[in-house]
Formats: sequence, structure tokens, C-alpha cells
Amino acid sequence: MHNKADNFLHQGVHPRKRKRERADARFHFYGLAAVSLALGFLVIFFIDIIGQALPAFHLTEVLVKVHYTEAVKSNYNKAIDHKLSRIVGRSWLRSLPMKIEANPALIGTEEELWIAADSRVDQYLKGHDGHGLKNKYRKIVDKMQQQGKVRDVFNWAFFQSGDSKLPESAGILAAAIGSLFTLLITMLVAVPIGVMTAIYLEEFATDNTFTRLVEVNINNLAAIPSILYGLLGLAIFINFMGVPRSSALAGGLTLALMTLPLIIIATRAALRAVPESIREAAFGLGASSLQVAWHHVLPLAMPGILTGSIIGLAQAMGETAPLIIVGMMAYIPDAPGSILEATTVLPAQIYTWSTESMRGYSERTAAGIMVLLTVLLSLNALAVKLRNRSEKNW
Amino acid sequence: MDTEMQTKMKIRDLKLWYGDFEALHGINLDVYSDKVTAFIGPSGCGKSTFLRCMNRMNDRIASCRIEGQMLLEGSDIYAPEVDVVQLRTHVGMVFQKPNPFPKSIYENVAYAPRIHGLVTDGPDMDELVETSLKKASIWNEVKDKLQQPGTALSGGQQQRLCIARTIAVQPDVILMDEPCSALDPIATAKIEELMDELKNDYTIVIVTHNMQQAARVSDYTAYFYLGDLMEFGETQQIFTAPTHQKTEDYITGRFG
Amino acid sequence: MKDHTVRRFEDELNELKATVLSMGGMVEKAVRRSMKALLEHDPKRARKVIERDDKINQLERDIDQMTRNILALRQPAASDLRFIISTIKIVTDLERTGDMAEGIAEAMLKSQETPLTHLESLEELALKATAQLKKALDCFARGDVLLALSIIENEKSINGMFQRIQRENLTYMLEDHRKISAGLMAYSIGKNLERIGDHAVNIAEMVIYMVQGHDVRHIDHETASALVTSNIES
Ligand SMILES: Nc1ncnc2c1ncn2[C@@H]1O[C@H](COP(=O)(O)OP(=O)(O)OP(=O)(O)O)[C@@H](O)[C@H]1O
Ligand SMILES: [Mg+2]
Repeated sequence: MHNKADNFLHQGVHPRKRKRERADARFHFYGLAAVSLALGFLVIFFIDIIGQALPAFHLTEVLVKVHYTEAVKSNYNKAIDHKLSRIVGRSWLRSLPMKIEANPALIGTEEELWIAADSRVDQYLKGHDGHGLKNKYRKIVDKMQQQGKVRDVFNWAFFQSGDSKLPESAGILAAAIGSLFTLLITMLVAVPIGVMTAIYLEEFATDNTFTRLVEVNINNLAAIPSILYGLLGLAIFINFMGVPRSSALAGGLTLALMTLPLIIIATRAALRAVPESIREAAFGLGASSLQVAWHHVLPLAMPGILTGSIIGLAQAMGETAPLIIVGMMAYIPDAPGSILEATTVLPAQIYTWSTESMRGYSERTAAGIMVLLTVLLSLNALAVKLRNRSEKNW
Repeated sequence: MDTEMQTKMKIRDLKLWYGDFEALHGINLDVYSDKVTAFIGPSGCGKSTFLRCMNRMNDRIASCRIEGQMLLEGSDIYAPEVDVVQLRTHVGMVFQKPNPFPKSIYENVAYAPRIHGLVTDGPDMDELVETSLKKASIWNEVKDKLQQPGTALSGGQQQRLCIARTIAVQPDVILMDEPCSALDPIATAKIEELMDELKNDYTIVIVTHNMQQAARVSDYTAYFYLGDLMEFGETQQIFTAPTHQKTEDYITGRFG
Repeated sequence: MKDHTVRRFEDELNELKATVLSMGGMVEKAVRRSMKALLEHDPKRARKVIERDDKINQLERDIDQMTRNILALRQPAASDLRFIISTIKIVTDLERTGDMAEGIAEAMLKSQETPLTHLESLEELALKATAQLKKALDCFARGDVLLALSIIENEKSINGMFQRIQRENLTYMLEDHRKISAGLMAYSIGKNLERIGDHAVNIAEMVIYMVQGHDVRHIDHETASALVTSNIES
């Protein structure tokens, strides 16, 4: 019936097909290039950070003989061979008088101890210049090394101590606890308020000018630069309500303010993703609005709400700008005992370290970044996991 | 019309607006007890709107305004003192798309009796769930998997589960908005058969686009056209000799 | 009335109606021819009528097939449904009418040795019966319920005429025993003509059902006409 020549199957490759295929291939290439570029930057960033951070996770220790004498109480340098006073970490030396004070029985004894080396020694042994470790000390270190009095250990202290003016004993514990406190407050304040607001707006509020105004403003709030939240926090919480400066409470409340719109928006999206048919079914059976929301909508929206909240909290955790304003960017070496004490947080700690010039600090900066990133990535992974769970059909 | 017939719902001069748009222009209709009444008519003529008025599902739409009377056994369901929650236990609804809760089959059926405090959990509830599922002719298919999610059933089974869920609160009236539009002929036949049984105990109102279905299942048919009730009468009369030309054209497939 | 949205359905209905009408035309012709054969003593014509009956039967089968198809495939409702149902019944009436015509033609052939006398009243009856049949076909074609009513009305006069013929025949047969076979033949022809009238009335009743949905069979004429006219006025 059909003439063979008329059939499009017999006319060879159509020119439009070739054009289409070329366009497809081009687009494919652009996409691939964009992805590779992004991935490339990420990889470079990680390699750089990890390369810089790794040294911070280990530490040089030296074996020294300690003499506990009465004189040490007034001059801690007396406790050790005075040649070694530049080689041993200062913070340990400084703690000696206190140690003797606390335990007078020690006086007159002596012992051999592995002590964290001075940061310059550490750097010298890690192959860096070490900011001017003098030649004579280098020789001593070399000699000690030959005697086996130098060892390389994992830097537990980094996770067990707070900030310090001496890089070899600077750690992130105080900042981590500060972050934890701050985040806890943010979570306790922002999540319930945000979720309740969203539920009210989505499930109960009638659609009138007022609610629409509220909606628009919430969306706008999410776009405000975070530093303004710091100013707001300063004005409201510190100046007006009298919350102590630099405290976890002040920081947490400020971050809660910042996270609130995000959580509201995410929660509303999650609620809206619950099919209307479920609500209709429940209403059709005579459930009240409250019952519909609590029994049917919320359980289905929960994974989405959790995802939104976690992402909001992760963002709060990485935030520094508003915290500068409420005074959390200070040198605070001790972990806070309560939410009212001055504290610092991880990103602020990282920033503080990054402004120091000593090599030991820049290592710790990178290590801090790694810790922060690990926490953030685990939070995000949790969020992704919850989101996948919420994607199952109903 | 048969004078012995009992009127379950009496609708008088019901008008409905969505904002400025008048979707129903004064509907007068009697829904008879223990009969199946079918609503037919072209898309957008207001069948669903009217059906949803009958258990006040339209209350959820802010722009919706209603005038006129909608009497259930003589009392106006739009009277201010009426509790919508109570009303909906008397007038249940089955939707176009099967919409079981993403919970177990048992929970789907037990939910409404529980929140209305009709039955306490335990053997009584088990029994109610069983009888409801039996009435909805789905018991044999699900009795061994009551704890499995209702959403894992086939479309037709889901729809019968939804019917079971609705009759678990023992309503007087069951409203169904195109209950078979997503189902295959077998599932459809099962539901039609079910309606035939249910009408011994319940008054059923069904919206359908399937002429044959309306003809098969209903005792009375109402033809809606552009927000008006054009014609109402016994189904066999409407399908053999309708009095209104518009009805005739619609039923015989003469669409403008 | 508007056309069906599905054009094929519209076409099928039109074709069905046309086929019924052409069958009606053939039946009408058969009745006229058979009477003509009788009156003009024309056996050739009579044989032709008998031959042609096969065609009528064939048309009946065709039409039944068409209605079956429409019922199965189109699920007609309301006026379409009434049209199909009427057609099914009308076709049976037409086929029976065709058989009546064939019967008259056969009677003519049998009565060739002893030609019938007193054909005037039979002729008169035949005129009336064919007129009824023609009107029945017309009212089916036009959906004319008033014409249908008049056909039903006329049934009485045809019955009266047939009874008169019966009495006449009886008188002839009593007068002259040799005329008994001719008389019986005339009686059966008269009976056939009267039946044709009945079938025409059946068709008229089905037309009323087809157009208005009223079943006017087996009810008295006043009630029927009141029902039909009230529907026209409203
Ligand atoms: N929530 C609403 N807001 C505004 N207008 C609406 C709303 N719901 C329905 N309408 C309008 O009311 C009219 C009737 O709609 P309805 O849904 O009752 O039609 P229907 O007869 O059920 O149609 P279908 O057969 O397609 O389901 C339509 O014109 C529709 O646009
Ligand atoms: Mg609808």
C-alpha cells in the first residue's frame, strides 16, 4: 500500500535528527562540565582542609624529668632542666604550682613524664620552620629524639580542652559545648514555635488579609541577612530583657529568631505535601480540625518537618555573623557551666583561631573546620534520610 | 410519587455561591430513605458541590456561601446549633479517589468509631471492624492482613475499605462522589453490587458520569445542568422517557 | 433535535430508520400487488408477490442485526432506546404484514379454477387496510402521533367492515353450497386484510411510544388520545 520511497523509515537520517542529537550532546556536555567544576572545587577544598588539619590531630610529646620542690611554687621553670624550658609546653609548666599546692606531698619527689612539647618544637618536628625555634633548641630536640625522648601521639587534648593562648593546648571542647548549649536553646525555642505557627497558618487560619500579610512577612524574614538578627537579638534579648552577653541563652535565642522563618516555611511545605484527600477523608468521617491535624496530617508531615528543622538547625550551627553582635566571638577558654555563662561556639572559635598568626593555630583552624563540617554533614545526612522516608507514597 | 416513601433529606431552594459565582440556583429535591439517588449531568454543573453541601464539606471552603434549606429528617443541617462533627457521622462520604489513611486496615475502620466514642478498643471494636468490613464485602479479602497498611490494597479494595470505614459509624446517608471512576469493571461491579445491598439499611446518593452506572444502581436520578436541577424522577423513567429536552439530549449523547 | 455527538451513532440510527422505511415500502407494495392480482385475476403478479416475500424476510433479518448491534455497542437511552425498541416491534409487524400479502397471493392462485365473486367489498376493505398501512409508515417516518391516533381510531371501522364481509359470505354460502370453497377463500382473504389493519394499528401504537414514551396499547381510545394530546400541548 505504502510506497517504499514515501515511508520515512527509508529516507535515511533526517537533518533535523542530527541537529537535535547535537543539541542534546551539547547540553549533556555543559551539564557535565558544571558538575565537574563544582565537584572539583569541593575536592580541592576538602584536600586542602584535610591536609592542613591532619597535623593538628597529632602532637609531639617529650619525656622530661620533673622535680617537685618548694621553689617550683614561685617559679615553675625550676621544675625541669632549664635547658628544656623552651621545649616543654608552657601551659603545663604553669599548672605545676597549682598541682603542688593541691598535693603538698609531692614536694621532694621527682618523676619522668611525657609532656606536650612547645608549639614551636612541634612545628619543627613536623617539618615546618616553627616560627623561629632557635638553633640551640633545635639541637636539643634532635638529641632528645635520638635518645627516644620524643614521641608523636594523638592530640586528645584538642578535644578535651578549651581555647588557649598557647596553640599546643588549644582545643575545641569549650566551643563544642557552647555550640551544643546554644543549639539546644535554638531547637527548644524555634522548633515548637515554628511548627505550631506553620500548623496554625496551614490548617486552621482562614485565608484573610491578616494571615496573608503574616505569610508574606515570614517569607521576607527568611531572606534577611543574618547579621540583622544579631542586632535584633542584641536589642531585644540583651538590652531589653537583660540576658547576659555572650551567653548561650543570648546566642540561642538570636539563632532561634533567625531559624524560625526557615522552620515555618519548611513545615508549611511539608504540611502542604500531605494530600488533600487524607484531610477530606478524615473530615468526612467527622474528625475535628484538631483531630485531622494531629492524627493524620502531622504524622505524615513529620519527616518533612524534621528535615526542615534539622536543616534550619544546621544552618544556625554554622552561623557566626549574628553571634559576633551578641558577643560570642571572644576569647573564652572555659566550657560554660550553664546557659547564662559566657561561651563561644564552633564557628566563632574557628574564626578566632584563623586570625592568629602562629602556625599551630592555623592547623587548629582547619581541624575545627573539619569537626564542624563533620557535624553539619551528619546533620544533613540525617535530614536526607528523613526526607527519603517521607517520600514513600500513601 | 409514592406517598409511602419516606423522605430522608428535603432540600428547598438551595443556592450556593463561590465568592460571586452562583454555582447552584435554588435546588429543590427530596432524597428518599433506603433508596439510591444518582446525580448526573455535564462536568461543572454542580453535582459535587451539591453533594458536598449535604454533609457540609463545603464549610471548609472560605469563599462558599449557602442560602436555603437542607433538611435531614426535618431539621436544617445548616442551623447554627448543629454540630458538623455529629452531622458527618450521620451523613458519611466516599470520595472519587480511594483515600484510605496510611495506617493499617484495622485502624482505617476503627478510627471513626474511636474518635466518636462509639466503641471502646478491644473485642467490641474487633467485632465492629469485622462487621463493617463484611458489610463492605471486603472481609474475605483482608481478614488475614488486618494489620497491613490500607494503602497496599488494590484500588477497588481500597474503595471498599473506604466504604467500610464510612459505614463503621453507622450513618443514615452515604454520599459517594464518582466512587468508581478510578476502578476497573470488576471492582466497579463489586461496588455496584455492594450499593444494592447497602440500600437496605442506608440512603445512598451517588454522583456518576457513567450513564449506565446511574441506570444500573439508582432508584432515582437527578439531572443537573449549569447549577440547576433540570429533572428528577424515577431512574427507569429518566432513562426511557425523560420529560426535559436537556435531559434527553444528555442521556442520549447529544452534547451541544 | 440535536444530532448525536458521536456521528457514527447518528448515521447508524438514520440507516436503520431508512431500512425500516424501505422494508415498509416493500410490504405496502406487496399488499397492493396481491390485491391487484386477485382483482385482475393475474397469477403472474401473484407469483411475483410470493417471490418477493423472501426479500422482505431478508430485510427483517438485516434490521434485527442492526438493532442488535446498536443495543450491544451504543447502549441507547431515552428516545434512542424507544426508537430501537419500536423498530424491533414494528419490523415484526411489517414482516407479518408481508406474510399476509403472500397469503392473499396464494389464495388467489388457489382460487383460479373457481374465481371469487363479489369482490367489491373485499376491494373496499383492501383499500382501507392499505391506507392504514401507508399512514402507519408515514407516521413512523415523521413521528406524527396525531396521525397514529387516527390510525388507531380507524381500526373500528375496518373491523366493522370485516364483520360485514363475513356476514355477506355466510349468506352466499348458505344460498349456494357450491360457493362454500370460494366463500371460505374470501373469508381468509378478508381475515388477512383485517390483520394488516391490526398490524398497522400496532405500528401506530409503537410510534406513539417511540415519540412520547406512552404505552397506549390495551387502553381505551379516549384515555389514549387524552394522554397523547396532553403531551403535545405541554
Ligand atoms: N472551591 C471552589 N471555588 C470556586 N468555584 C468552584 C469551587 N468548586 C467548584 N467550583 C465551581 O462550581 C461549579 C460546579 O463545580 P462542581 O465541582 O460541583 O461540578 P461537578 O458537577 O461536580 O463537575 P464534575 O462532574 O466535573 O465533577 C464549577 O463551575 C466550578 O468551577
Ligand atoms: Mg465532581
